[in-house]
Amino acid sequence: MSTTKKMAGVALVAALGVTTLSACGGDAKDKPAGASASAAPKSKTITLVSHDSFNVTEAVLKEFEQQSGYTVKVLKSGDAGAALNQEILTKGSPRGDVFFGVDNTLLSRALDNGIFTPYEAKGLAGVKPEFVLDKEHRVTPVDSGDICVNYDKAYFADKKLAPPQTLDDLIKPEYKNLLVTENAATSSPGLGFLLASVGKYGDEGWKDYWSKLKANGVEVVDGWEQAYNERFSGSAGGKKAKGDRPLVVSYASSPPVEVLYGEPQPTEAPTGVSTGTCFRQTEFAGLLKGAKNEEGGKALLDFLISKKFQEDMPLQMFVNPVTKDAVLPELFTKHGVVIEKPETVAPEAIAKNRDQWVKAWTALVVK
Amino acid sequence: MAVPLVFFGLFFAYPVAAIVGRGLKTDAGWQFGRIGEVLARPDIGDVLWFTTWQALASTALTLLIALPGAYVFARFEFPGKQLLRALVTVPFVLPTVVVGTAFLALVGRNGLLDEVWGIRLDTTVWAILLAHVFFNYAVVIRTVGGLWAQLDPRQEEAARVLGAGRFAAWRRVTLPALGPAVAAASLMVFLFTFSSFGVVQILGGPAYSTLEVEVYRQTAQLLDLPTAAVLTMVQFAAIGAILGVHSWTVRKRETALRLVAPGRTTHRPRGWAQRTLLGGVLLTVALLIVAPLAVLVERSLDAPGGYGFGFYRALQEVGAGGGTFLVPPLEAIWNSLQYALAATAIALVVGGLAAAALTRRAGRFVRGFDALLMLPLGVSAVTVGFGFLITLDEPPLDLRTSWILVPLAQALVGVPFVVRTMLPVLRAVDGRLREAAAVLGASPLRAWREVDLPMVRRALLIAAGFAFAVSLGEFGATVFIARPDHPTLPVAVARLLGRAGEMNYGQAMALSTILMLVCAVSLLALERLRPDKTSGEF
Repeated sequence: MSTTKKMAGVALVAALGVTTLSACGGDAKDKPAGASASAAPKSKTITLVSHDSFNVTEAVLKEFEQQSGYTVKVLKSGDAGAALNQEILTKGSPRGDVFFGVDNTLLSRALDNGIFTPYEAKGLAGVKPEFVLDKEHRVTPVDSGDICVNYDKAYFADKKLAPPQTLDDLIKPEYKNLLVTENAATSSPGLGFLLASVGKYGDEGWKDYWSKLKANGVEVVDGWEQAYNERFSGSAGGKKAKGDRPLVVSYASSPPVEVLYGEPQPTEAPTGVSTGTCFRQTEFAGLLKGAKNEEGGKALLDFLISKKFQEDMPLQMFVNPVTKDAVLPELFTKHGVVIEKPETVAPEAIAKNRDQWVKAWTALVVK
Repeated sequence: MAVPLVFFGLFFAYPVAAIVGRGLKTDAGWQFGRIGEVLARPDIGDVLWFTTWQALASTALTLLIALPGAYVFARFEFPGKQLLRALVTVPFVLPTVVVGTAFLALVGRNGLLDEVWGIRLDTTVWAILLAHVFFNYAVVIRTVGGLWAQLDPRQEEAARVLGAGRFAAWRRVTLPALGPAVAAASLMVFLFTFSSFGVVQILGGPAYSTLEVEVYRQTAQLLDLPTAAVLTMVQFAAIGAILGVHSWTVRKRETALRLVAPGRTTHRPRGWAQRTLLGGVLLTVALLIVAPLAVLVERSLDAPGGYGFGFYRALQEVGAGGGTFLVPPLEAIWNSLQYALAATAIALVVGGLAAAALTRRAGRFVRGFDALLMLPLGVSAVTVGFGFLITLDEPPLDLRTSWILVPLAQALVGVPFVVRTMLPVLRAVDGRLREAAAVLGASPLRAWREVDLPMVRRALLIAAGFAFAVSLGEFGATVFIARPDHPTLPVAVARLLGRAGEMNYGQAMALSTILMLVCAVSLLALERLRPDKTSGEF
């Protein structure tokens, strides 16, 4: 009996060993940059660690690779919060050379944990000064975007109702039961919207505002996907899902995206932006402490604020450039809006209060 | 034994222990006092309470709805049975990102139920419970129904001949035989719902949180490792207890039952009672399982400019402008297949060896090992994923950026299925057959080939197919470690859903439909391979 089983086991391994090997073999061909690259002493590979939304046109990246002689490997790991936390956990033995994707709401967590090596990127002088939040240059600003309430143009036209424009509008009775937002504890637009109210009404006043918003029927869902693709009546997904909320917390760049991915592309965006409800988010990149390829990482940081990358970014990640000379694509100038006075909260204040704000918000709005 | 032990030690126990240790150990030493502190927090108390009661309620509801189904699938012969059996298993292997969306279309606002009866269940606990039934229907059908089909109906008939009433005969003969299978199925459903993540996140809204969701939030969002560590330990203890009871019921079930080929126990439904039962079960399956899947297909075909394959055609092109965000989705399918193939191979080697070892030996240690192999099913993917990050960071095991990590993580989930499928079959091979072959002059290899292989082959293929389907749909661990230039299908779906715009949404639906079809086809193939006699749990 036992010999049979042993035989069975051996044959199993033999048979599957072949399968495994062939599977690996097939894979190895198109995955040459794997573990071997990190083992080489003088690495020609730069590894960029980022969140899932990172994107760049292949041709733009190729050009950088050709000019610099480096090969860029991108490693994405989850949403912005999760990606940063993984970097903090692997501090000192990072998976890559540069991390991109820490924003102003999480900046202090990154800096306090000391995961970055200071480096003043070439071209930093071209970056608008309001974005340079770290004077020691542990991080370099790369892009900025506004979290704003979006509205369904058709709904408000049908009802002959003016869409709300400010945070104050949202608590008016005519907009009762129209807004859906995201959980501030788990979603970055959700947190941004909470911070917009903090920026506008102050450390204490925001709670009062949210009680009124709750009384006015604000709905909270867990993530952006559900809010935008399921509940919002103005987005393509929401239309299909028969969403019935004409107001949603999303981004100022969402209307151009609706145009770009419309089929056929509409001449006008189906959604609009309430310009007085916005929170400005800035994203940073930094050279990781313990990077295997510091020189390459520095070159990559320079590249991230180069004109080429800055102008490619809007249509790839749907955010705005931070450099003065970058020209916005037509899609943005035509269908997007420039937010003149977004709400902001100092990173130090966010660092100090974020957790207690979110806790108080959860108790007030969710429970 | 050594291979599975090393595999689990290295890729499961060590990473999980390390991340838990990181949470509980400071420079001042171990902080076990934290356990009490965290557990005393009222919000954590709420989470524990909700996790437990929703799992209990989900399990009860699943049994209530699925047991009649198990009977119908076991005893009735009707057209399309194999197809339906494969179909009800599809949700079980689909990623929750996809299914949550589909399910919302059914029970959410303006969903099917809302339009017909004005019933809206989103963000209520009912949506969670129903989705759990949707996901776990197949567990009951396969575990209980599989055995039910093989119970010899003549035993019950004999009892009736001897004077027992219909109900008494069923209660005294069939129920005791079925009991352990029902218990095992209940425990599996309880295990899956106790550690529910995606369903609760998507359908429950922010007001509901299970332990698993809370571990994710504390680890990935808040980086509160001490709290996450305590919660992981609580979950471990709970899952361990569940598995302990489970392996006990499994052993009880393996006591001798008179089993016959399922083909001999089925018949066409007779009389109005049986036809009503069949109709009722078919209606339940149609409403609860087919409808959400159909919604998915419908949305994928609802392309601009009328119904058609517009979104599918768009899958062949790279997203506008091209970039590192999207590989051509067809490539994602190919990536998924490669990863799943590698994961299946690993799961088969590890699971097969473990099953062989478990068949050969007995005793408390082996039973403990049996339960250990099931643990990954109940432990948070984020715990394992973050554990990988801090443990596999030194050569020769700096696998953090290697492609092999994806199939390794997927195999962790696949192994339990392989073990559960192989174990009963391996145990059933009669040693005397091989001895007979040897007496007749066959070499050991020949004896193995002629005796064992034909019996094990089908189970092996079924195990492979199941591991394959599970790996295809695995999302939780993959999303943390998938190489961006080689995203898997579920990862590509999630990325598309994360963007505004009609084409992105439509392509996500189309990709989900493809994933569903691939899963359905591999499950349907398994149906054809299903052995006539003893089959495993799935």
